[in-house]
Amino acid sequence: MSSTRLTDGQLDNLSELIRLTRPDELTCEDWLGRVGAYAESVAAGGVAASGSELVEHHLSLCWECREEFEALLAVLRSRIS
Amino acid sequence: MTDRTNEEWLAELSSGESGRGAAVADLRAILVRGLHKAVGTADGAGHDQIEDFAQDALIKVLAGLGSFRGDSRFVTWALAVATRVAFSELRKARYKDVSLDGLTADGRHLPEAAALPEGEAGDRTAVLPLLRRLIDSDLTDKQRLVIRAELDGVPQAVLVERLGSNRNAIYKLSHDARMRLKKSLEKAGVTGDGVRAAFAGAS
Repeated sequence: MSSTRLTDGQLDNLSELIRLTRPDELTCEDWLGRVGAYAESVAAGGVAASGSELVEHHLSLCWECREEFEALLAVLRSRIS
Repeated sequence: MTDRTNEEWLAELSSGESGRGAAVADLRAILVRGLHKAVGTADGAGHDQIEDFAQDALIKVLAGLGSFRGDSRFVTWALAVATRVAFSELRKARYKDVSLDGLTADGRHLPEAAALPEGEAGDRTAVLPLLRRLIDSDLTDKQRLVIRAELDGVPQAVLVERLGSNRNAIYKLSHDARMRLKKSLEKAGVTGDGVRAAFAGAS
């Protein structure tokens, strides 16, 4: 699979992903272990807990975790638990 | 259903088959209610699917009690696990009959390049071919596959299934590829902001 199959638009997106990339970024599994505290503070409308920078950074990169986070937030805000 | 502290949840769920029945039942009910909110839209999962997702999530939660960090409510963590299970299965189902070859991409899930201050411009004509060359020369076949799939919006759960891997390994392939490209670009004199500048205004 060569890069010639990538469109300019995809390279544009990739360039942004590269710009955001950092050595210490969380994997999706790491993020899953940390998202609970972050989601609770966002749902409560307060300031995000300290240590949330990496959680937020992962959300900027990973659309799947972002989608899951939005769903979890909706659940917390509906006070289902 | 009484409220439990994190410690009570953990103690009851760890207490063995005979002692944990009530806690398991209560947690399952919470997960089902939560998943109805999370994925039970008109286009989402039906009730039977949600029951299955909740059961799968319950198994993962019970197997992973030791990994709960304790910095949130236990139920919040369990709901996060359940949400992941549900979304993974729904994504796999959407791609069931889709080949990974020939996918077109609109990149709508991907971060948009931030707007640059006026006056900043880069040499896009130079960086774009460089990035293409680096993708071909610096990445392994698997790294190229994962990056391409990511840019095509293919869910990781689908790649996990097709490649016989796990989500962490898929993410690591992507991360390693991006780090390698970042370092190669920097070695060629293109910094992160320089890459962004080069693609500013790309449609």
